[in-house]
Amino acid sequence: MPQTLKEVDVVVIGVGFAGSILAKELAATGLKVVGLERGHTRHSVPDFQAPAIHDELKYSVRKGMMQDVTREAMTFRNQHREVALPMRQWEAFLPGTGLGGCGVHWNGQAWRYQVADFIYKTHIEQRYGKKIVDPDLRIQDWGVTYQELEPYYDRFEYLLGVCGKAGNLNGKIEQGGNPLEAPRSREYPNPPMKEQYAGALFRKAATDLGYHPFLQPSANMTRPYTNPEGLTLNPCVYCGFCERYGCEHFAKASPQTVILPVLMKNPNFELRTESQVLRINLDSSGKKATGVNYMDAQGREFEQPASLVLLTAFALNDVRMLLLSGIGKPYDPVTEKGVVGRNYAYQTQSYVPAFLKEDIHLNSFMAAGASGTVIDDFSADNFDHSALGFIGGCYVLCGSTNARPIEFHPTPPGTPRWGRQWKEAVRRHYNHTAVFNLSGTSTASRWNYLDLDPTYRDAWGLPLLRMTFDFPENDLRMSRYVTNKASEIARRMGATTVVDEPRTGPFTTTTYQSTHNTGGAIIGSDPATSVVNRYCQTWDVPNVFVVGACNYPQNSSYNPTGTLGALIYWTADALKSRYLKNPGPLV
Amino acid sequence: MSDGPNSNSRRNFLRSSLVLISTATLAGEAPALLGSARAEETRRFLNESERRFLLAAVDRLIPADERWPGAAEAGVVNYIDLQMAGAWGGGEMLYRHGPFRKGTPTQGYQLEYTPAELFRRSMAAIHSHFSAQGKSFDQLPPAQKDAYLTNLEKGGIDLDGVPSNTFFDFLLKHTVEGFFSDPIYGGNKNKISWKMIGFPGAYSDYYDLIDKHGVELRREPMGIGDGAASHFMNAMRGGH
Repeated sequence: MPQTLKEVDVVVIGVGFAGSILAKELAATGLKVVGLERGHTRHSVPDFQAPAIHDELKYSVRKGMMQDVTREAMTFRNQHREVALPMRQWEAFLPGTGLGGCGVHWNGQAWRYQVADFIYKTHIEQRYGKKIVDPDLRIQDWGVTYQELEPYYDRFEYLLGVCGKAGNLNGKIEQGGNPLEAPRSREYPNPPMKEQYAGALFRKAATDLGYHPFLQPSANMTRPYTNPEGLTLNPCVYCGFCERYGCEHFAKASPQTVILPVLMKNPNFELRTESQVLRINLDSSGKKATGVNYMDAQGREFEQPASLVLLTAFALNDVRMLLLSGIGKPYDPVTEKGVVGRNYAYQTQSYVPAFLKEDIHLNSFMAAGASGTVIDDFSADNFDHSALGFIGGCYVLCGSTNARPIEFHPTPPGTPRWGRQWKEAVRRHYNHTAVFNLSGTSTASRWNYLDLDPTYRDAWGLPLLRMTFDFPENDLRMSRYVTNKASEIARRMGATTVVDEPRTGPFTTTTYQSTHNTGGAIIGSDPATSVVNRYCQTWDVPNVFVVGACNYPQNSSYNPTGTLGALIYWTADALKSRYLKNPGPLV
Repeated sequence: MSDGPNSNSRRNFLRSSLVLISTATLAGEAPALLGSARAEETRRFLNESERRFLLAAVDRLIPADERWPGAAEAGVVNYIDLQMAGAWGGGEMLYRHGPFRKGTPTQGYQLEYTPAELFRRSMAAIHSHFSAQGKSFDQLPPAQKDAYLTNLEKGGIDLDGVPSNTFFDFLLKHTVEGFFSDPIYGGNKNKISWKMIGFPGAYSDYYDLIDKHGVELRREPMGIGDGAASHFMNAMRGGH
């Protein structure tokens, strides 16, 4: 029998960026908030300190900071008719775990989406007509606009101390920034990062070709910065151990550096780590949550009653928790009825390695997670698709986040996989290869979705999440087009060999691509096609809110965290200014 | 500089070790091929026969050349020995619940074997294959070793339940890991692979160098085992 605990006002499931910011905002109003985190407590000191943290084998290869796959895996199949099998180790994407969540081991690439991204269906159909969209694609508007979210983007960027140069200040194009960005109301809190050698070469070539290069917006600091919460971050030293690692320098914006110390001081907040939430409990009507059941590290089960439940785990785990709890109708791709699990999308990544002359020492190991020079000319709908036969695009980034050698030792095409020639090629090209990273849109499609697996279970006996996904043809056409444009830039850089390798299908779980898993609990204006309303409140159970990249109806070209930050503060505002005064449906 | 590509001591070391390899091979005493390295052998998982096979195999996957030692000299077999004896080898980092079924290539590894079981099973099958002919993999001439490894890589050979390409990919993955990972894991002896490519290791402050485009870094690489104090000293030397 679970032990029933004293009721609290709010339970937060998952204490990453979303959980810690929402908990901080609500605890500050006087509410009693409990944060349930399945992973361990961890802080910059002592958990992320050098030299131990600079361990490529432990953290990059063996995935030391990621969700414990021995307890909670996920199953996968490309096609609806196939049998899904468990991903027995994480490779293609890396769900985090532990206090701070993915906010600990992210790179800090801090983007905003475009105005058009939030009204994607309306925008695409107005600009190109309905025919450009393949019949199986399911693009949607968000039900909330960029203009509404702008103040909340701003607030998140100032919390993090994002470093960059504005390219569009209130509609006025600024020199040195991204002229194609959505208008921002004020300048970035900090100047952009230093430019890497590869980025400088890219900048020249891209400029020659008429594009608009700029330095990627970064949540790795460029100077000491004290955020509005009174917490101070240090400048990044470009150590090259960022993504998949915690930052020992207090230089990467993470929950630990920008919000948790303030939250932890509030006696209205209680953090319980190693607490595995099993389900959100509903009353007999099924329309109201009464709290959650969770199990602690000793295997004791507790019922934690609460008036309000905030689901703020990793995107995929948010969707699974809704399915395990019976909140919202599960999506069925055959009938297209149901919503939970619908519009699962990803990121369509491709790479262009540019092999340069041996006298060009790039030193790509001198890197921050968000260093790099980038063009936005081929992102999202920033270019005219009328004659192209696809929608979407990629940003093209040149620079490096690291050059850690187990995973980074590029060789030109035709090089054997092993032996003397391989070794010589590795030696020759290691410090002389620039790799472009193309981050592409992922268009939601009827047959890509999430549900519960009928066979495989987690350590608590609950069904694993099942992912059914393959790249839609539209996205492969998009990748071919933009990757080809990117290789023109690489050739212009004087590369001796350029590899033009667009993304091809089928999607494989065996190589890392991106941890930008989106959708499954999407935001929208219509309960028939979305799980949450425009305030991230579930349509079916108004005292359950879900805030995560699972809200995105489709994925844009850009890294999702900046937009998630905007949604977090937007939701916090709706909770504080409206919901708490009169709990019930906000729409 | 003592381990640099042009140093006499390095060339001498290589020359002598290469000589040792050829005599050892002729004498059928492969475990002795590293000379003094035998004393440094870890002995946690691999038996003598497995160690002989792996020494010979990794020496073909990443061979020594005129300038730089290869995987065998770098201690990759010790790396594999320690990994297989540890949590990774024991399958403690994999989801291991059944049912186990054959999947599509995009579904990844689906065998029920732990990494250690996979290694042992496959190497036993290879050992039997050669024993039946009165041979041993490590005694083959280099070209025949390469031909056999290429056959494993192509797939189609059943190694007692393990498809040979699965084993080969596993072997190659662990060889590359051992060659490039921090020396605390038993391979990359003297940080030789990092010196070969110019990776400065766990050194961690490039604030003053990142915008000095094209600068050639000529430092001894630093490993995790070099300690926090030397990291701090290097950070100070690096400026900022």
